[in-house]
This record gives sequence, C-alpha cells and structure tokens, in this order.
Amino acid sequence: MFTVDLLLNAVFAGLMLGAFYAAVALGLSIAFGQLDIVNIAHPTFVIMGSFVAYILNENFGIDPVLIGVVFVPVFYFIGTNLYRFYYVSFERTSQESLSGLAFFFGLMFIIEVLLILTFGVDYRLVSAPYIGKTLHIGVLDLPYRMLVPAIAASIMTGAVVLYMSKTFMGKAILAVSQDSLALQLMGANPLKVKRVAMGIAIASAALAGALLIIIQPVEPSVGRLYIGRIFAIVVLGGMGSISGTFLAAILIGVVESFIATFYGPSWAPAVGFSILLLTLALRPQGIFGRA
Amino acid sequence: MFKSLTHPLRMFVVTAMIAAAMLFALPANVQAKNLKIGFSMALTGPLAGAGKAALIAMKIWKDDINKKGGLLGRKIEFVYYDDATSPSKVPGIYSKLLNVDKVDLVVSSYGTNEISPAMPIIMRKGLVFMSLFGLAVNDKFNYDRYFQIMPAGPIPKDDWSRGYFKLAMEQNPKPKSIALLSEDADFALSAVAGARRHAKRLGLKIVYDKTFPFGSPDVTSVMRAIIAAKADLIYIGSYPGGSVGLVKAANELDLKAKMFGGGMVGLQFAGIQKNLGPMLNGIVNYDFWVPEPTLNFPGVKEFLKKYQAGAKGKGVDPFGHYLPPFAYSYLQILGDAVTAVGSLDQKKIAAYIHKTTFKTVVGNVSFAKNGEWAKTRTLQIQFRDVKANDIAQFNKPGKRIVLYPDSVKSGSIVYPYKQ
Repeated sequence: MFTVDLLLNAVFAGLMLGAFYAAVALGLSIAFGQLDIVNIAHPTFVIMGSFVAYILNENFGIDPVLIGVVFVPVFYFIGTNLYRFYYVSFERTSQESLSGLAFFFGLMFIIEVLLILTFGVDYRLVSAPYIGKTLHIGVLDLPYRMLVPAIAASIMTGAVVLYMSKTFMGKAILAVSQDSLALQLMGANPLKVKRVAMGIAIASAALAGALLIIIQPVEPSVGRLYIGRIFAIVVLGGMGSISGTFLAAILIGVVESFIATFYGPSWAPAVGFSILLLTLALRPQGIFGRA
Repeated sequence: MFKSLTHPLRMFVVTAMIAAAMLFALPANVQAKNLKIGFSMALTGPLAGAGKAALIAMKIWKDDINKKGGLLGRKIEFVYYDDATSPSKVPGIYSKLLNVDKVDLVVSSYGTNEISPAMPIIMRKGLVFMSLFGLAVNDKFNYDRYFQIMPAGPIPKDDWSRGYFKLAMEQNPKPKSIALLSEDADFALSAVAGARRHAKRLGLKIVYDKTFPFGSPDVTSVMRAIIAAKADLIYIGSYPGGSVGLVKAANELDLKAKMFGGGMVGLQFAGIQKNLGPMLNGIVNYDFWVPEPTLNFPGVKEFLKKYQAGAKGKGVDPFGHYLPPFAYSYLQILGDAVTAVGSLDQKKIAAYIHKTTFKTVVGNVSFAKNGEWAKTRTLQIQFRDVKANDIAQFNKPGKRIVLYPDSVKSGSIVYPYKQ
C-alpha cells in the first residue's frame, strides 16, 4: 500500500534512524577513517556508554542524554590513554596492521566479559518522561524515543564538524590523516593530535551508547550487531569525512525505513549493502571521500 | 615361608590389605565416581539471560539430588561450556563432552538454534537427549530418544499458536484478517509458520506477512506498515529486542487491532515487563508459567524461592517464571528415569520416559512419540492492570491472566485490544 502519509512517515523515520546511525559511526569515522586505527572494539564502547546511562538512570532517574553528555570527558580520557597504549605497543613498532587488529578484537571480548561479570546478561532499559510518547505534526508521527536521540546525534555531529573545521586542533586532526610528517614539520605533535582524535572518537561512541539505550534494550553483546553496519557507513561516506559519514548514515537510515515500510523489512540491510557495493564500484573513495 | 615382617612379599600383602580395608571404610559416595552430566549453555551472547537463569535452576536440582545421596549412589557433577549463543560452537562442545570429558548423560543448551546442531552427535552415540525449549527440533531428526520440556505440544509449530487462534475465533465479532510478522531467526519463523497455517485453515485473510532482520535497532517503520494493513489480528514472532521495539512502536503509533501479541519472546522477563509497564496492557502473548493460582503445582513455589535467592546480584531475571522451572524439570525427569531404571542404559531410560507421566514442579509431564509434550500447555496470557515502575507486581497473581488452555484458565479475555 502506497500513500503520501506512509511515504512522509517513512522518510522521517529514516532520517531519525539515520541520525542515530551517524552518532554510532562518528567515532569510527575518526578512528578508522582519519587515524587508520581499525577499532573493532568501537561498538563495545557504545555499549559501555549505554551501561553508564543505565546505572545512573536506574538509580537516580537522570536523563540518559544528560548522562551521556556529562560522561564525555571520562570517555575522552579513556580514549586518549587507549591511543597512548596502542601507540607504544603497536604503532611505534609498525605492528598496527595485524597485531593492532588482534588487540582491538581482544579488547572487545574483555570489555564484553567484564560487563557480563559486572551487570549480568539481562536486558537493560532506561526510563525517561518522553519514552513512549509521540510528537504529532499533521500526518507525521514522530516517536520521541527516536526523535530525541536523532536531535542529540545531529547536534553532536554538528559540534564535531565545527570543531574539525574551526579549531587548530581540529584542522590538525584532518592534517594528520593526510600527512603526519608534514604536520610534524609544521611544528605540531602528531601523537598529541592523534590522542585527542581518539579521545573524541571514544567519547562520541559512549554518547551514542546513551542514545542507543533510549531506542532499544541493551545487553553486553548487542554491540556486535552494529559492527557491519557502521563500517559500511564509514566506507560509504568516504573514509574520515565526518559530514560524509552523517549523510551516508542518513541515506542508509532512509533506505532501510523506506524498504521496511513499502517492501519488506528483511530486505532493508541487503538494499543498504547493495548501495555500498554500487558506490564502491562507481566511486571507490566513497560519496565524500577524496580521490 | 615369610620369616620376617620386612620380607618384600609380606609387606606387599599387608599393604594391599590395609588399602582394601581403607577403601571399604570410605563412604559410598567417595568410592563411586561422580555421575557427570554434560551440556553446553548460552552464558554469553544474546540468549545468555535465559542461559544463566537456566544454569541457576539446574544447579538447584543438582544440590537437591546430591543432598539425597545423588543418582545411583553417585554424586552429580556438571560439566558444561559456554556456547556463546553461537550454534557453530555446539557440535565441538558435545564432541568434547562425550570423547574427552566422558560424561555419563547429556542435556541440551537453551533454545532451538543451540539444540539442533547437537542432534547429529547425540544421535550417533544413541544417547537420551533432554532438550530445553527447542521448537520442533525433532521434526527434522525423528530421534526416539529426544524429549523436549517446553510445553509446546505434539505438533509444536501449530500447537504453539493454537490457543491464540482458538481465543480469537471465539470472540464476537469474529476477526476476519491477520497480519503476520516474524523476526528472521529459527524459533520466530517456526512460530509464525504455525500461525500462518492456522490463519489459512480458519479462512482469515492474511493482509501482511513479512519478516524483519534479527536485532533491528528500530522497528517503527515495520509497525507503521502493519497499522496501514488494518488487520484485525496481529501475530508476531520476535526476540527480546524486537519485542520491546514493537510494543513501544505500537503504543507510540496508537495501534488499533482486535488482538495483538502471539509469540513475542522477552515479554516474560521481569526487567522488560517493568520497563514497558502499562504499554503491555491488553497484549495476548504466549507464556509457560505465571503466578496464577491455577498453576500452583507442588514444589514450584519452593523452587522459585530458591531460584530467587540464587538469582540475586547475578544480573538475571529476578523472578524466574519463564524458563527456570522447566530447566529444573528436565533434569527432574532425567533423574527420575535413571533412578527408576537403575542404570545408565540409554535404551531403557528412553523407554521409561516414553511410558511414564512425571510429577514435576511444572506439573505432570508425559511425552508424545516425537518427544514433545503429549498435550500442549502453551499458555496464552493477557497483561492486565499493569502499573508503571513496579517490578514486584509481576511476582503476584492478577497481572498475567491465563486465558488458555481451559485446564489452567484463570480469567477471560478482554477483547478487543484497542479499537
């Protein structure tokens, strides 16, 4: 059945879903796209953010988005130190390709097991006054459970884009992804720049986790379901392009929503990945990647 | 002959006699080797919540039996490995259990997807296989030593949803159309396949029949498409993440239908029930045990008391209504059969289980030829008067009213769901 109401709602549901995907993929775009760090453990940091939001929401009733924002510095600190360890152990000795990958695999399992040992394996959810309510605008029904994370994700992405384009450190991060040696010759310390970038990547992942638990129940292994999708978004957007990642996420979200509404939800991931394959065939550097 | 006590042969004889005397002096349970029961279990991964809860229940049975002296005079010992909710790990685990650990008996992991991969190995060894919540696994194998504890019934795929459709067709006005939705994984697909057959048999018009990917983060668009199809009945087969998303989306988008629910996994778990709260009201869904007076079988309250004490601080379902009583019972049945037969002869144990009605904490259990319950007792319950933010309410009667089957019915349906 095709109606204008359904079409509009499918598009807006896709926009909201896509904005959330962008939040999850943002950190990976920085780590993988700009720093060449294949952080397979990225979704695990998302889940850590979810559990922090769960604990404080469950015990003190604090809004999950607020918790996510408040914990940004903590996860930033974790991210900078994670890079420090990664650099000393792998990058300095040029072992980052295989050993680094194995390290992040191991880290993913260790964090997952620690979460299981600490919190158990039951599904965790959060409460907030807006969850379960819907904003009605004409024919549009926008559940706040999707709308709030979408707005928060868009603000977060916008803030990172502004930071990257307007600040010295932001520009240095973009520069280090292109030519680390040239950056060094300009008097900047590439290691410090990468530490800051990794801090931003992990902090954004944790904030995305706070948004995730608003949308769906979370248990320690749920992050695995996102690995394929977010890597696809980062590649589709053009490795390292923040705005490209956001637009690619929106594209995947809208396509998934459209297919789920009008054709069959089981086809949604297949169509999303077909777009990725088609893009790579026609434009190997991704939609916004540099040739 | 042996003139001195220090003669080597005399010393050997004396030592042997002392050793024999010591051996006979030991208690019987130390003389006999422990009786090993082996299994894989989902202790991590998406089904770990249920797997860990099942393990607590199984350990309660082990402790109960060992306090009584064990089975066949031997203490029970569990040998188990985490299958990480990954079906590919299951064959390797059972091979190790049988060939390296040399277990005496085996039981299954939790869930259809984890049980099927073990079947070829178990069948090759000719072992009795007590199975924990596999839907229609034996349809493919026809193994005569397979016994399944979930009360699905002798035609599991159809019996699973039989009650839902019986209730629907008894209502006035009768429903005319149905929407079917399944999460793309084995159990949910099987449950919805049965519902599809019932719908066709009853002449219901199927206006929506789709699957959605396992673990989809958002199902709002799917619910919107279902609402657009304007079905009287909505039957869903889903896992916890999907179930929560669909219930929330149904409330957010103001779903109107005569009946909504069916085979949604997750709505049986206390944590999810608490979070969804009043959004659950009116949903008709399957369940296996709820704290209604009609299901107060001998021993079940004592068992749940032990489970709830054991579950504290373990991050599993705090009440344990859904799976744990059945995890206890499938070992109860195996233990009773071994005791009755008096040996580990698998053929005799299987024959005994086939012909016996067992008294368990989930009531009387007897098995059909295919190893499923001889008669279905898949409950259809309706959530009623659920309040917000109160987990304790789900541990008491009155919130999940049993509508089907009649033998354990505790109330009548409120129909329609929402109009």
